[in-house]
Amino acid sequence: MVSLGILLFMVMVTLLAPVYAHDIAHSNPFASNLQGRIKIGGHYRSVMPANTQGLGLGVTPIGPTWHFSTYFLGADELGRDVFARILYGGRVTLLIGFSSGLICIAVATVLGMLAGYFGRATDWIISRLLDIVWAFPIYLLAISLSVILVTSGLDLGIIHIGAGSLLLPILIIASVYVPYVARPVRGIVFSLKERDFIQAAIASGASDWRILRKEIWPNVAPSVIVFFPLMVALNILTESALSILGIGVQPPQASWGTIINDGLQLLYTRPWVAIAPGICIVVVCVALNILGDGVRDAFDPRAKLRGSI
Amino acid sequence: MLRFTIKRLASAVLVMFTISVLVFLIFFATPGVNPAARIAGRSASPQVLANVAKEFGLNRPLPIRYGLMMYHLFIKQDLSSYVNIGDRIIPQITAAAPITLSLIFGAVVIWLLVGVSAGVIAAKNKGKFIDPLVMFFGIAAISIPVYWLGQMVLLVTQGGLHTSIFAWAPNGGYVSLTQSPWQWALHLLFPWLTLASLYAGIYARVLRGELINNMNEDYIRTARAKGLSERRILYRHALRCSMISIVSLFGLDVGVLVGGAALLTEVVFGLPGVGFLTYQGLQNLDLPLIMGCVMYGAFFVVLASAVVDVLYAYIDPRIRVVA
Amino acid sequence: MSREDHSTDAVLSVRDLSVSFATRQGVVRAVDGLSFDVGAKEVLGIVGESGSGKSVAMYSMLGLVRDANVSISGSVLFEGREILGLSDTDMQSVRGGEVGMIFQDPMTALTPVYTVGWQIVEQLRAHNEMTKKAAYERAAELLAEVGIPDPKSRVNHYPHEFSGGMRQRVVIAMALSCNPKLLIADEPTTALDVTTQAQILELMGRLQATHGSSIVIITHDMGVIAEIAHRVVVMYAGRPAEIGPEIDVVRSARHPYTWGLLGAVPRADVKSRRLVTIPGNAVSPLEVPPGCAFAPRCQYRMDICEQRPPLRGAHDHLDACWLSDEQRLVIRSTATVRGVS
Repeated sequence: MVSLGILLFMVMVTLLAPVYAHDIAHSNPFASNLQGRIKIGGHYRSVMPANTQGLGLGVTPIGPTWHFSTYFLGADELGRDVFARILYGGRVTLLIGFSSGLICIAVATVLGMLAGYFGRATDWIISRLLDIVWAFPIYLLAISLSVILVTSGLDLGIIHIGAGSLLLPILIIASVYVPYVARPVRGIVFSLKERDFIQAAIASGASDWRILRKEIWPNVAPSVIVFFPLMVALNILTESALSILGIGVQPPQASWGTIINDGLQLLYTRPWVAIAPGICIVVVCVALNILGDGVRDAFDPRAKLRGSI
Repeated sequence: MLRFTIKRLASAVLVMFTISVLVFLIFFATPGVNPAARIAGRSASPQVLANVAKEFGLNRPLPIRYGLMMYHLFIKQDLSSYVNIGDRIIPQITAAAPITLSLIFGAVVIWLLVGVSAGVIAAKNKGKFIDPLVMFFGIAAISIPVYWLGQMVLLVTQGGLHTSIFAWAPNGGYVSLTQSPWQWALHLLFPWLTLASLYAGIYARVLRGELINNMNEDYIRTARAKGLSERRILYRHALRCSMISIVSLFGLDVGVLVGGAALLTEVVFGLPGVGFLTYQGLQNLDLPLIMGCVMYGAFFVVLASAVVDVLYAYIDPRIRVVA
Repeated sequence: MSREDHSTDAVLSVRDLSVSFATRQGVVRAVDGLSFDVGAKEVLGIVGESGSGKSVAMYSMLGLVRDANVSISGSVLFEGREILGLSDTDMQSVRGGEVGMIFQDPMTALTPVYTVGWQIVEQLRAHNEMTKKAAYERAAELLAEVGIPDPKSRVNHYPHEFSGGMRQRVVIAMALSCNPKLLIADEPTTALDVTTQAQILELMGRLQATHGSSIVIITHDMGVIAEIAHRVVVMYAGRPAEIGPEIDVVRSARHPYTWGLLGAVPRADVKSRRLVTIPGNAVSPLEVPPGCAFAPRCQYRMDICEQRPPLRGAHDHLDACWLSDEQRLVIRSTATVRGVS
């Protein structure tokens, strides 16, 4: 339950990102602010003050001010407010995580149910498709697809997805994990099919569609629901890996992964730029995993015997 | 057993073929993308583009294009980079492989030791304090992005504490085993720990779950009725049966890693392994290099998957019948 | 019977055994005041419906109940030695070495990843100083004894390579491997088909004679009791309803519950006899009424049944029922229930 609370908190906070940026911090997290000056405690300070250490060359962004109202975590190499960026980036990361999780599970459940229920040819085709996608090591598939698509977009005549669209990472990440969910769903449907109540429904002349909807789906749903938080966590981690590699979210959009990427240049001077988004990812994923475990234990009556997180 | 092995390997070959076709399709035939520009790199001259088109038969039908790509990749082995003109791909990959293997070897030892012990400890002390504690660390371990973790490790060892506690920690890079075993291990220590943490978490959780499930099985009750010690029951009966799922997981994980999945770890710590190579290819959009790395990676995953299935059948005698 | 009255020459002497579990819904008394003796070379049958506590009673004696919420009281003497409350380590030498156990489902009773020979050898070497070679030879001998064909090669086969009946024989062989004085069989034939059932029972009878061990056989099937048991304990809701020699209990049962059990056994030699079923369902361990546990389902219940009847009787045949002998006489002369002669 705590984990649910944490998650909701994160979601709300990130949703409020624009509010923060405009009204509180008065900064634009997407525009360079190399020349800017901010007011802290009565003094004006440059956002990108000149270096005083070492050779005294170049500029170093300002470090964390720990003032909530402005540049709370300091600036990145383009003078942007890191905290505000993290809030905005959170929206993107969470959006990608949840939507690709949703899409992945939806598609996988449908495929799994169809393959498991209709068997034979349907099953063969779907299973072979799943095998192919699954045989491709996930990260390789995601990377390959991303390399091709992300930098130049997808143009299929009728379907037009721009290069910077978030839809690309969402769809790529979702499709890469479909076999992961579809296989177990298929297995469940297979064993369900043998059970008496399904046989009874078939014998009483119910249509396939009806059986799928009223008998099979309710029994598949618990397992699918358990998968959801776990998939979201997995997708968030995948997205951040792709973004760190430069083939995930593209600028001007930011996600936690891209911010980490930005922060690497400043790792030893302004470590918070890289530390903070990482911590956010860890917290959200831990919360999701604990939530996933909790959901699974809630559905599994034997879980009380195990008695742990 | 032999029949099973042969069948499994045959199906592995089939899958490899399919993957190669997929790779081909992705890189050469994604609709709406110009393949020549992809291969020749971002800033290629029209002449280079034309050459590429000719060499890869981009004007010919798809199957011929596929054949040409496989030919360049495997037979002539002269697939060369267009970004670093003339650099042959295959030798680069074979040179990078031992480094990746070194990384994986150490990480495997650490994660197996830690993961299995943690899983057993958690299962033995189920319900008491240490159980949720271990599981929490397990969850944390799988929630941390590996790349970020590596950076944090570097931050700690190379940053402020470098002059004091961590003065001995090298700043990345690789020293080959033949040159200096001690330096080899030292340079790989933190990469090993970073990579192992993720998997140790996974394995601890999986093993704990399996152990607890198996301890409720009937054959454990029989073992108790035989008068065996709890220790023996846990290790010889429950653990042995739980290892089955661990083995299949392990095989797949190692296969994926050998194929270059540790690329983020390699990049962070500056280890020029296959993953690092893949990353470079991505950075430069050096398509031949990426293709070579992807094929190499896929090969190992498929091989590992087949080996695991065969091993699985060896360990669990019931499977041989089902195969 | 009280604790001080332990039978001195019985292999197993149980007095006042009570097993209860603390659950969220309250205290569940799975076994409530069970007392009986098992003599040397004797077969004792414990019979009752599911949930009557028959299995729990035996498991708790041997420390096989691993629930943290259990509390066990009473006194159990095995060959004169108190075994209730023994440390786990001490218990381990009793289990398998002096008391053998076989369980209901042979399909899941053996560890799937080791050969049957390995598993028998494991038990042998846990309790005896033996070389591996000698142990494997002994294992093959045991397999032969229980009727497994080609034992020398079958010793190296895995459990899944045996059929259900064969697997149960392996389990029996394993349980007898250390020549235990007592063998406990928990529903050994329930999961098997009728023909195999007969074979297994016959095997057990034969082995009991050759090895000289006593057997406690737990079952819900009166037919099994009639086949193999010398003495019977009838249990209901964790309490003993009737105890006595098999002949007496079967031929002249005293407790109405036993009548019901006997009436429920199909008889091949009596035509057109409707099966008598005991009305109602087995009482839930949480809702045991004060007084006689069987009263709610008993067609002969009286007012006095609101008090718990003591276990008493003449000679060796005891029952826990308020019916007097005169009342039973009346019932016998009017009823057509089998076993009430």
